[in-house]
Amino acid sequence: MEHQAKAHLLEHRDDEASKLGMWLFIFTEILLFGGLFLVYAVYRAMYHTQFHEASLELNVIFGAVNTIVLLVSSMAVAMALTALQENKVKLSRQLIWLTILCAFIFLVNKYFEWGGKFEHDIYPGSELLKKLEHGHILYFGLYFAMTGLHALHVTVGMIILIVVERRIKAGKVHAGKFVFLENAALYWHLVDLIWIFLFPLLYLIT
Amino acid sequence: MTDNHHSASAHITPYLTLATVLVVLLALTFVTIEITSFDLKAWNVTLALLVACVKGYLVLSYFMHLKYENLLIKILVGMVIVLFALIIIITYIDYLFR
Amino acid sequence: MEIFAQEKINKFIGKMRAEVQEFYRGTYLENTGRYKGIWAWLTSTDHKRIGLMYLYAIAAFFIVGVIIGLLMRIELISPGKTIVEPQTYNGFFTVHGIIMIFMVVIPGLSATFGNFCLPIMIGARDVAFPRLNLFSFYLFLFGSFLAILSQFLRHGPPDTGWTFYAPYSTTTGTNVIMATTAAFILGFSSILTGLNFIVTVHRMRAPGMTFFRMPLFPWALYATAWIQLLATPVVGITLLMIIAERLFNIGFFNPELGGDPVLYQHLFWIYSHPAVYIMILPAMGVITEIIPTFCQRKVYGYKAIALSSVAIAAVGYLVWGHHMYTSGMSGKSLWLFSFLTFVVAVPSAIKVFNWLATMYKGSIDMKPPFLFALFFIFLFTIGGLTGLVLGALATNIQVHDTSFVVAHFHYIIFGGMGFAAFAAVHYWFPKMYGRMYNIKQATIASIIMFIGFNLLYFPQFIIGIEGMPRRYYDYFPEFQPAQVISTIGGFVLTAGLILMFYNLIRSARKGEKAPANPWNGTTLEWQIPSPPPLENFEEIPHIEEKPYSFK
Repeated sequence: MEHQAKAHLLEHRDDEASKLGMWLFIFTEILLFGGLFLVYAVYRAMYHTQFHEASLELNVIFGAVNTIVLLVSSMAVAMALTALQENKVKLSRQLIWLTILCAFIFLVNKYFEWGGKFEHDIYPGSELLKKLEHGHILYFGLYFAMTGLHALHVTVGMIILIVVERRIKAGKVHAGKFVFLENAALYWHLVDLIWIFLFPLLYLIT
Repeated sequence: MTDNHHSASAHITPYLTLATVLVVLLALTFVTIEITSFDLKAWNVTLALLVACVKGYLVLSYFMHLKYENLLIKILVGMVIVLFALIIIITYIDYLFR
Repeated sequence: MEIFAQEKINKFIGKMRAEVQEFYRGTYLENTGRYKGIWAWLTSTDHKRIGLMYLYAIAAFFIVGVIIGLLMRIELISPGKTIVEPQTYNGFFTVHGIIMIFMVVIPGLSATFGNFCLPIMIGARDVAFPRLNLFSFYLFLFGSFLAILSQFLRHGPPDTGWTFYAPYSTTTGTNVIMATTAAFILGFSSILTGLNFIVTVHRMRAPGMTFFRMPLFPWALYATAWIQLLATPVVGITLLMIIAERLFNIGFFNPELGGDPVLYQHLFWIYSHPAVYIMILPAMGVITEIIPTFCQRKVYGYKAIALSSVAIAAVGYLVWGHHMYTSGMSGKSLWLFSFLTFVVAVPSAIKVFNWLATMYKGSIDMKPPFLFALFFIFLFTIGGLTGLVLGALATNIQVHDTSFVVAHFHYIIFGGMGFAAFAAVHYWFPKMYGRMYNIKQATIASIIMFIGFNLLYFPQFIIGIEGMPRRYYDYFPEFQPAQVISTIGGFVLTAGLILMFYNLIRSARKGEKAPANPWNGTTLEWQIPSPPPLENFEEIPHIEEKPYSFK
């Protein structure tokens, strides 16, 4: 009886419910990062000049390139969804790979950015940081915490996108059943959205 | 209980729309970099955040398809933004007035 | 001779099993799938089984928490050392808080009766995401395991209090990282349950059941789910920050590096205040179900109760600073939080009035669920009124961090949510097991618990005002008489608990068979068999009327 019951429950497919669930999850991510944004807001107000000074260590070009990369990737995955909805499976898969490539470029950039910081002895708990002002220390702490948490989400997003691409290839996600791609794309857009705020707040402090 | 195989919006976002949004987003990115390159005191962060909000709105509405979703999700997104804003404002009331 | 006896025993066990299986045939308790025994439960995505598994796990953790509470009471029966060293005592109140809050009261009524009843009460076959539901349960078990592990690892149990305040939590040598990781995972479980319930309520109500035809327990669970979803991530990131402080010396809450410990308190309470509404809203929902049934009258002010749940959830996000009046916040902050705290008391009071109004001229049947509900109202009211003492700025200064606070929150959480949980068990027990418990034992147990509870906590109000600090191992001799009464109360309460547990556990297996609707309730769970079939309904009902229409 349980077999029948399970089959029946699985028959009940509700794409709107899946999408609503994904949006709710996105809300939790907004609040999660929100906590860090709150810490940032408080300390920037407290140490405004020192935040500005410390932010000069960051390379605006790096940040801008990463911003462009993520924006392009967001468009790519949105287009991938359009393609799949129009049953252009190959185009959809290609666009997803483009998105994944962009994610990879972002992470490589991040790797070099952080690497550069470490080389200059800039990291939480370093000897150099101990000699700096409070505002500088907190700025770099926030820089690593926020971009680090963000990079973790980029990585997870990449993995999800790879899984989606494989499923499309296997025919499990298709023009008649694309909510999985929709949700993966929503997650990816969230990652982009967070960076849209991180970029000016960390890189462009006057 | 109805089986709901399609998203409520059978709406498919055209490639041109998505590309246009990207162009606008890129332009706004450059705008942000420009306005923060001169010292406008408190206006710098305000303007930068404002532009970021416009960019965010575009990503939400077009890339995340919110413009074409049902009213419930739109209201919920608004609610979450309001909640987040309130939390920051209330915490600021502590720090600004110490 | 021995073999003959063995055969006889096996035959007896076989017969018992057959009887049990016969009793369960056609219900959700029958094992029809691939797995047998405990695996049939641990792999089940049936919301009813998941609800019961949560119930058993939570009951077990509750017992552990009670034991630690009793050990604390024994230590406090006289000043100075009684049975343990100070460091151990600090570990006790920390783990007592962690267990009771993160492993009992927050999952609490949502995970147990919410899981069991919500789908049935809205006319659905299960929640929106059954596999996610089971995953939430695994997260709950894993997080709980880590929390317990943190007691035994190398550096000793955490001694920070369940609130993990910086800078002590970032510098103390004890197993803080393990405990905060546990709390993080438990929080994730809570978030996913909230997510599941929100989608369930939005998408799976039976045809004809509009929001305002939904019974009030689902309303309460819905409001609670929003708090679980939106507030928990904030403590999630805060705990991660504590871990980052300990591992990387990042400086967010360290004054030496420019950080502000009060910011930790803000972040922590931004979650932990709404968390108390996670605890109490479902409890109020339970009471709102029980009272109409045992008064055989529809609820007075249905809309007011429904909307007050939402109002509590919403305003509850904005009052967190009332835990921080003495921390050094700005004056403007102080009065803003105090004002909002008084505002949030209003919807709670509305509920109390509505419950009482429902009883007026009702046909009252003093069964155990209703008795527990009455105790709830009494104890919750005391807790709520003393909350106003704490919410008012001037009086707060006197009682902050004293045992007045301890008494206040135990009246609300234990007297409130705890008694509501007992009420819920006694209400839905016949539905879940198809059997009835011993009414007399349940009644006696509830009265013993009520007496013990008041003996245990009321004296703490008094010595709190007189200056007895909380989380203190030692105290001035003038406080001892009250401490002695309190400890005696603890044991009386425990005696009641033991009787209640004995009654329920025995009756689950051997109680008299119960009918589908022993209390003459009107909500959907009473219209299906006891125990319910696997898919809840033969046919999904079509809802024509408002709930609570008693004929």
